[in-house]
Amino acid sequence: MTRPRVGILALQGDVREHAAALTALGADVSLVRRESELAGVDALVLPGGESSVIDKLTRTFGLRAPLRAAISGGLPVFGTCAGLVLLADRLANGIEGQLTLGGLDVTVRRNAFGRQGESFETELAVPALQPPTASVAFIRAPVVENLGPGVSALATLPDGRVVAVEQGNLLGTAFHPELTGDRRFHQRFLETVTGRPAAAGSARAALSPAAGS
Amino acid sequence: MHTTTGTGRVKRGLAEMLKGGVIMDVVTPEQARIAEDAGAVAVMALERVPADIRAQGGVSRMSDPDMIDGIVAAVSIPVMAKARIGHFVEAQVLQELGVDYIDESEVLSPADFVNHIDKHAFTVPFVCGATDLGEALRRINEGAAMIRSKGEAGTGDVSEATKHIRRITSQVNALRSMTRDELYVAAKDLQAPYDLVAEVAETGKLPVVLFTAGGVATPADAAMMMQLGADGVFVGSGIFKSGDPSRRAAAIVKATTFHDDPAVIAEVSRGLGEAMVGINVTDLPAPHRLAERGW
Repeated sequence: MTRPRVGILALQGDVREHAAALTALGADVSLVRRESELAGVDALVLPGGESSVIDKLTRTFGLRAPLRAAISGGLPVFGTCAGLVLLADRLANGIEGQLTLGGLDVTVRRNAFGRQGESFETELAVPALQPPTASVAFIRAPVVENLGPGVSALATLPDGRVVAVEQGNLLGTAFHPELTGDRRFHQRFLETVTGRPAAAGSARAALSPAAGS
Repeated sequence: MHTTTGTGRVKRGLAEMLKGGVIMDVVTPEQARIAEDAGAVAVMALERVPADIRAQGGVSRMSDPDMIDGIVAAVSIPVMAKARIGHFVEAQVLQELGVDYIDESEVLSPADFVNHIDKHAFTVPFVCGATDLGEALRRINEGAAMIRSKGEAGTGDVSEATKHIRRITSQVNALRSMTRDELYVAAKDLQAPYDLVAEVAETGKLPVVLFTAGGVATPADAAMMMQLGADGVFVGSGIFKSGDPSRRAAAIVKATTFHDDPAVIAEVSRGLGEAMVGINVTDLPAPHRLAERGW
């Protein structure tokens, strides 16, 4: 597979930023709002946004069952922030009636750092990625708790809280690599799809700052 | 580990997460819960919706902290609240209360007819209104992390919202085709900093998220704003001044996501009950036009 077809769930959230990161890494990006648009993608990104809203819209527009079927059928999925919430099997503090799609054997706690005033940027060591440390932005971000046996923590804060996890071809981050221009997480995700390291050209692209914001 | 709060990236970043969503005006915790259940991406806490501010008149100010606390406690989605233009102490209070975004809003009575708030001085992000690109870039220069086109709040008449979003997007498009020497003149004409003008010319969009506001009352109104290039929609009086707020709110959320699909918009527009009665903007005497507040 030379050019993976990556869908982005585009019901609400920072779809554009993920599209820019994936396109820069050579993926063929399409937006997914309907069941028919899910067919034919090799992988799926669940963007940042408001998890309770995205959950509702997946149910209203008949996407919940096909998404769950695709995830349990082995579709590679990368979720950031709200996307990580949607990917978790268990939610510690959803709004009343809120559901997740599931897939990752973890519990996620929404807004774990507090309100927007506590949103922050930091440098995070991610042993699974090549140095340097990753510049990351946590925006009303969740954290991961109770990792199941098949889940590995890719990044933890100094206080031990887990903020990036991987389980097979499911990847989740509490922060937003799509906002900070560090494309190594997207690149790692694409490698789980294509099954081989990306070419040298895209490795350079992975470290270049994002255009615009 | 060194962490930094209140950076431009996290301020603008929260607005990025709201894209494709609907932000709803609420005046009580019950309304906030209805909005959250209907799929609002955030709520705007205020004491009176703009339609009532118009009807009742008088000076309109920041809400009572008890009322804001009640709404913050009622929902887990982001809560925004309004401060008067230039009233930096109201903004300090709102930051202290822990709201997620402050709207420096022309819907309230201005506190300063010359200066807007220095928004760089806060860790909480600000959204500001604009009727054209120059006004948007002046607010961004002062630290606004999100812009909403103003429209004419509290009318249920979408024509001013249409005018403002069209004006901003056409001014952005005009910059894209200009040469560098023309951009200096454009910055002068827009009364905006050259660096921001040059950035818009280069990227073809505002440096921050652009929502639209002021007069959106139906699912079709919201979808039209999205088709005209808005990143999302504020709905003020349009929901809780209508016959069936819960149903109308959910319908506007769906129409915003599927703004380019008339079949969905038709479906969600059925049987919503009475829309807010509204006022035609052309019937409003000039002193009652809120969009003209802000400079």
